[in-house]
Amino acid sequence: MTIASAIYIGLAVLVLALAGWTTFARDDYAAIVGFVTYGLLLSLVWVSLSSHDIALTEAGIGGGVTGVLLLGAGARLRGARESTGVKLPGIAQRVSAAALCTSISVGLALAVLILPDPAPTLAPSAAASLAATEMGNPVSAVLLAYRALDTLLESAVLPLTLIGVWSLASDRFWGGRPGLQYRADREGVLVFLAQLLPPFGVLMGIHMVWIGTDHPGGKFQGGTILAAMWILTRMAGITDTPSISRRWLRIVLITGPAAFLAIGLAGFAMPGTFLAYPAGFAKPIILVIEAAMTPSIAAALALLLAGPPERKPNG
Amino acid sequence: MSAATLFGICSAALVGLGLYGLIIHPQPLRKILAFNLLGSGVFLLFGVVARRGAASGMGGDPVPQALVITGIVVAFSATALAVALLLRLFHETGRTTLNTDASKNASNNPARKSTDS
Amino acid sequence: MRFILDIFTVILVSAGAFFFLAGTVGLLRFPDTLTRLHALTKADNLGLGLVVIGLLPQTGGLYAAKLVGVWLLVLVASSAVSQLIGRAARRGMLQK
Repeated sequence: MTIASAIYIGLAVLVLALAGWTTFARDDYAAIVGFVTYGLLLSLVWVSLSSHDIALTEAGIGGGVTGVLLLGAGARLRGARESTGVKLPGIAQRVSAAALCTSISVGLALAVLILPDPAPTLAPSAAASLAATEMGNPVSAVLLAYRALDTLLESAVLPLTLIGVWSLASDRFWGGRPGLQYRADREGVLVFLAQLLPPFGVLMGIHMVWIGTDHPGGKFQGGTILAAMWILTRMAGITDTPSISRRWLRIVLITGPAAFLAIGLAGFAMPGTFLAYPAGFAKPIILVIEAAMTPSIAAALALLLAGPPERKPNG
Repeated sequence: MSAATLFGICSAALVGLGLYGLIIHPQPLRKILAFNLLGSGVFLLFGVVARRGAASGMGGDPVPQALVITGIVVAFSATALAVALLLRLFHETGRTTLNTDASKNASNNPARKSTDS
Repeated sequence: MRFILDIFTVILVSAGAFFFLAGTVGLLRFPDTLTRLHALTKADNLGLGLVVIGLLPQTGGLYAAKLVGVWLLVLVASSAVSQLIGRAARRGMLQK
């Protein structure tokens, strides 16, 4: 047994232990904290599977932003358990659920063990069509060239979900500011942190978007860092969420998907199919798409975290 | 046993744990947590398949990796919508369940507000 | 020369791991929040610093600067968060 496999086994044991903690903890807060830790350790698992872009995304979105969302929800739902009064499932239900889940797990594990060897792979066909994009990072090239349609649809999912979240506002707050107003001590540590970090955070976010063409990174990872900086300043009370009826906010949210869609439709005119890039112009067009989408992704992530409007527009 | 096979078995266990948590917990917030656990287990299975498809000088098949990145973002969007729905339900009724039998067992409604439309 | 650098890396990373272990033991064994914070911040930041310094000979140039940048960011974040947790813990203790 080499050292590397010992580390992998330890990592798998830790990840499973944290997943068990998240499932079986009595206290909701403990379960959420376990889930955030689980997300961070899972990004180490992704690194050991040589998927560095996914590791960045999991650490940022899966562990970070989802954790903040769930912690906020857990804080607002404190006391919900007592007021709900729902009966916990009995021992017979638990045993039958455990039997079902164990059989599903065993089936999946068997499927993993009998996976064909050598494994079928799309890497050669992806590599063949990636040569035109001149990008060094194959995952970014797949996201923006080989399977650009998936990314276009995903860029449309974020504003649609945001509309869904905003539609949950009560009538008198429609068009108002999302979330509650945060107040922090003006001389305190949180405000200091929110003044110190965002310049570096914005720099790192833009760097990660730029570097994503050749190294692990990309617009989702960079957009998450930009969103995190805005969330930090909001929590310190330095900035406030804009009211959702502001025109500039809606323009920022729509620019990314609209630019992507426009370039896709323009592909009908030039090379002849949807989302085809004219030869020799692939990399500049991809950079334009990334530049347009990064603010939209950052704004959508931060606003999804903020929730539906809960305050009137001017207060 | 290579790293890919080890983490493949790990992902199968994560799917089982997530599904169990989804079935067992009556509280919606725990169900949302378990749903995220289930989703990350499925993504890990994708990652194992990607790792096994390493060819053409790459460390892993890039197509499943791109699908997982898309999946993580969409899973976060779904979680955000679910949490917004849950908070709205709690704000409106003071309970976190749609089960009307629960109203007979509930002792008090501390978060009950006047009904908004 | 490579051998000396490798020995340097192993010694420093092991020392960093030992500090992490000490911090975790403190987290598990100390009685209340403020003492646990004390154990964590002292041990973990120093442990991370030792790990980073131990890894510096293995890479060069920009990656070494990024490693040091990571350590500085962790210092800033953990000190700010420890202050906030400490203040909240003290407020909770005073209420009792």
